[in-house]
Amino acid sequence: MTHTPHRLEIENISIGYGDKIIMQDLSFQVPHGARVAVVGPNGAGKSTLFKALVGILPLKSGQIFIHGESLGSHKDCVAYIPQREDVDWRFPVTVSDVVMMGRYGQIGWWRNPSKKDKQIVNKSMEQMGIADLAGLSIGQLSGGQQQRAFLARAIAQEPHILLMDEPFTGVDATTQEVTFGLLDHLRDQQVTAIISTHDLNLAASRFDLVLLLNHKLIAFGTPQEVFVKENLAQAFGNSLLVMENGMMLVDECCPPDEEHTHHEHAEVK
Amino acid sequence: MNLLLEPLVYQFMQRGLLASVIVGVLCAVMGTYVVLRGMAFLGDAMAHAILPGVAIAYIFKGDLLVGAGVAAIVVALTIGLFSKDGAVKEDTAIGIMFAAALSLGVALISSMQTYAVDLSHILFGNVLGVSSADLWMIVILSLVILLTVVLFFKQFLVISFDPVLAATLRLPAELLRNLMLVLLALTVVVSLQTVGVSLAAAMLVTPAATAYLLTRRLLPMMLVSALIGALSSVIGLYLSYYLNIVSGSTIVLTATAFFLLTFLWKRMKSV
Repeated sequence: MTHTPHRLEIENISIGYGDKIIMQDLSFQVPHGARVAVVGPNGAGKSTLFKALVGILPLKSGQIFIHGESLGSHKDCVAYIPQREDVDWRFPVTVSDVVMMGRYGQIGWWRNPSKKDKQIVNKSMEQMGIADLAGLSIGQLSGGQQQRAFLARAIAQEPHILLMDEPFTGVDATTQEVTFGLLDHLRDQQVTAIISTHDLNLAASRFDLVLLLNHKLIAFGTPQEVFVKENLAQAFGNSLLVMENGMMLVDECCPPDEEHTHHEHAEVK
Repeated sequence: MNLLLEPLVYQFMQRGLLASVIVGVLCAVMGTYVVLRGMAFLGDAMAHAILPGVAIAYIFKGDLLVGAGVAAIVVALTIGLFSKDGAVKEDTAIGIMFAAALSLGVALISSMQTYAVDLSHILFGNVLGVSSADLWMIVILSLVILLTVVLFFKQFLVISFDPVLAATLRLPAELLRNLMLVLLALTVVVSLQTVGVSLAAAMLVTPAATAYLLTRRLLPMMLVSALIGALSSVIGLYLSYYLNIVSGSTIVLTATAFFLLTFLWKRMKSV
């Protein structure tokens, strides 16, 4: 698996449904092989951004470039791990069927999988520790195993950019570590990973870059640069609580329009 | 043995049996997509929507299949037009067209003199009236549809299971979805003669749902579904012959019996 150097450039994109704009005038650039956490409050447009990046939601304006070429001119360089609730787990497919789908971009339209495709599928499943589950239907797996099946599919796709929507929500610790192990492996191969998460601790400790969003770009940079009070206050508004020792809490349980007043008394060190 | 061979002395029975088996298999195969993609309502609507086309063809003594085909395509395109850019939701558009086409069809048929007989043939099929020209039409259309499913098996699997993957693989998802709708419309048209418009939807859903309970992969599901569709057609047609009941309903009831038995068997096994 050799990849040419690659990068992702987002230039002034606006995305939305109908007349409603979800993401306004967003620009950022991701260098080769970086691991980017996408964070922001609920409904900030994280999933919408992902839909635009995979090309299922057309841009209202602006452009997306991958390796300097516009989105869609590369056939198989973006792999996407869907959110759990977006998958029909009762669909009659086995684990190896799911992983093989990652090869469909390479297999011709009217051809059967080659020996090489099968080898890549087996290797991907071994790497994710699910080779012994190959013949089971995906509905029979545990949540973590299901996620690993989709990760194996993403590896089989041999992508240059990997997109994951909330992969750490509701999975066990093993799957989380397996996922980070895979991300380390992919970084060695210069694969760019863009991952949305609610877990600000993970974003701060295990990612190179953080993209903080709230319907527009709030901040983009290293975790140290991004996670400062001004940015977080701008992104999370009333659900941010800053303690006197400088510790900051984000409370996301309540509807965004509900009023909170306690943060006004908080100080940052 | 005699009991099985006796009806086949008649040529119309031979043709009827062949037509029902082909349609049973065809509906069962397309039905796997209907079941997995949650298109049962669309299948039902499509089946009823071809009624005006059939009625017009009937009145002008034209070919029923041609009339049905034209109506199916008009309805499919209109549904697409109404739901384009989210003007109304797709199932709403389907509901509007479904009711409108059915009413128009009934209105047209009720103006005929032989109203009762004709309506029942259209609604419930007239498998014993299959001419050899009809049979050829059924064979050719079915082969075209099944061949298309074989050719696009991988692509249809991806757009059904994971539309987002289809997008990242840059598959023309919209085109494939429309192709699937056209295949579905043609399937309904083909099944018109054997089970009729009101029962075509059942043949799309019931064998496939039975197979869904029994299998864990798409291809085995299709094959089991096809087997159940074929068996239901054969058994149903014999029941129809000996009990003197409309063939469409015996075929569908046989398929339903398969589903019930499978469902109960699964329940018993899991207790």
